[in-house]
Amino acid sequence: MGERILDVKNLEIDFHTYAGEVKAIRDVSFHLDKGETLAIVGESGSGKSVTTKSLMGLLANNALVKGGQILFHDEDLLKKTEKEMQNIRGKDIAMIFQDPMTSLDPTMKIGRQIAEPLMKHKKVEKKKALAQALEILKLVGITDAEKRINDYPHQFSGGQRQRIVIAIALVCYPEILIADEPTTALDVTIQAQILDLMKELQEKIETSIIFITHDLGVVAGMADRVAVMYAGQIVEYGSVDEIFYNPKHPYTWGLLNSMPTLDSTNLEAIPGTPPDLLDPPVGDPFAARNPYAMKIDAEKQPPFFKVSDTHYAATWLLHPDAPKITPPEEIVRRQKLFEQLEAKKEI
Amino acid sequence: MPEQRKKILEVKHLKQYFGVGKPDMVKAVDDITFDIYEGETFGLVGESGSGKTTTGRSIIHLYKPTDGKIVFDGNDVSELHTKQQYLEFTRKMQMIFQDPYASLNPRMTIEDIVAEGLDIHHLVKNKEERRNRVEELLETVGLNRDHASRYPHEFSGGQRQRIGIARALAVEPKFIIADEPISALDVSIQAQVVNLLKDLQKERNLTYLFIAHDLSMVKYISDRIGVMHYGRLLEVGPADDVYLKPLHDYTKSLISAVPVPDPEFERNRKQIEYDASIEEDKEGKPRKLHEITPHHFVRCAEDEIAMYKERAAQFEQK
Repeated sequence: MGERILDVKNLEIDFHTYAGEVKAIRDVSFHLDKGETLAIVGESGSGKSVTTKSLMGLLANNALVKGGQILFHDEDLLKKTEKEMQNIRGKDIAMIFQDPMTSLDPTMKIGRQIAEPLMKHKKVEKKKALAQALEILKLVGITDAEKRINDYPHQFSGGQRQRIVIAIALVCYPEILIADEPTTALDVTIQAQILDLMKELQEKIETSIIFITHDLGVVAGMADRVAVMYAGQIVEYGSVDEIFYNPKHPYTWGLLNSMPTLDSTNLEAIPGTPPDLLDPPVGDPFAARNPYAMKIDAEKQPPFFKVSDTHYAATWLLHPDAPKITPPEEIVRRQKLFEQLEAKKEI
Repeated sequence: MPEQRKKILEVKHLKQYFGVGKPDMVKAVDDITFDIYEGETFGLVGESGSGKTTTGRSIIHLYKPTDGKIVFDGNDVSELHTKQQYLEFTRKMQMIFQDPYASLNPRMTIEDIVAEGLDIHHLVKNKEERRNRVEELLETVGLNRDHASRYPHEFSGGQRQRIGIARALAVEPKFIIADEPISALDVSIQAQVVNLLKDLQKERNLTYLFIAHDLSMVKYISDRIGVMHYGRLLEVGPADDVYLKPLHDYTKSLISAVPVPDPEFERNRKQIEYDASIEEDKEGKPRKLHEITPHHFVRCAEDEIAMYKERAAQFEQK
């Protein structure tokens, strides 16, 4: 892997609400290397969107960063002023949002919208910027780009709009692209096209991607590494193969188990609902929904246990003294695949 | 076997056009025909704009069909004239909606929401019976009795969808149309709701029309699947056949686009491009559903049947 460009350390974020302080992000650490795709997976409310908003300096007014660092090329983004962030946002770190219908300005021609970051950040003059906008519009696969550059957003379909949003995000060749559920609002066939486009452009532009989603199928196709979030914390992280074929955290098991595959006849749902972060539970936050929970889970929060150099999971099940348990059938099936994959690698 | 079972719903040449007579007329549903048997789940899949939701809404009579016939439980739905007839119909057929946030009135208590059907159909005699019935229903869908006095905003998405299901069950319908009931929910909650729907079906011998764009979930819950595109039904058959042995190019392309939670599979995935021009009607060769293998239908012209039979035979060889 390439050089490390982003290092998030012990991030803690609270939200002030009328009901009290919501502890949305609790001691989250992760890093991003050049050219790789990191997927952050989790349910709504798990803190995945808050994490990425903090990278962009886009947290809501009632958010309070309690601690931690966000090191981008060894500079702490949390210490930057709004003005300094404005120079980074859209230029070095760009973002694509879930809803392509609302992330474009309806009153502005799309060519102008794509050229805007160039004029603003790189001080490119208007004519040149528009020429570059045309280039990138072709690159993201808008047919008849010469004519369509003068169209307004409402004249495009959902998939085309997401292509335009991607064009805006990539026009300054950012080092990091944050994609927050970029295909959730799209049909599967369009989703496949957009995902392929993102992979292709990632190679051309050599950008790193942080991909946020709850769709494990999309993660399997996009990610190099995966971080699984639950109740404001990362509970497991590892390479895409390690997470999908050799998961260790019972929450990851639950997620994989509740997705139907081609030949599943039985879906195991995770019982219950995520905890209330106004008052996070003592111990392992997943304990209440975890069929494998032990006594210690209710008392003490598990630290990260090392599975491999790249794979860590925060569950007491990995403690040397923990009783041996058999994971759900589907996970056992996946672990067998993992052994086969590992064996292949050694040859 | 399906043919021995009773047909609960017959949709015959249903057409639902919007803006008839205007230049921008939309053929949302264009001549579709299918049956649903008692006790089964029929999954309807398609992209946005394929007409799957419109089909569901036409069946439950939220729209008046432009043409065609819908026969439910032996009665032609278009011949419901009096209020009494219409009430009888809605008692047997209920709907669960996509958005659990928009489909519950925020100013009503859960008790009033769930009991609305009971009131309309005069199914309970007094307040006490009403309360008991609601509490029973809440327990059936996995909520607590004391939730009855709360308001919708106090519930999560998954819980709200359970309330929507309780409301649909209140009048003890035979047939439930579930229009994307899980697409607004988180993965771990989706499985809970789908399993609840499955259990209820077993207990109460319900029939479902399950409308969704999530193919793998539809395959999991459905006995038979219909694939829609541009307002037409392109392929109908048993869930396993449609999913594992798709015959129509569109179905193939749709299935090839579904992301699978398996990195090895994803690395080797080839997406199949679809050329919609094969759907266009040719002069003098009208397309309609033809049975290619038992119970597995594809929309095609007479002279294309042989080609699809060939395709089906290839699956058998593998």
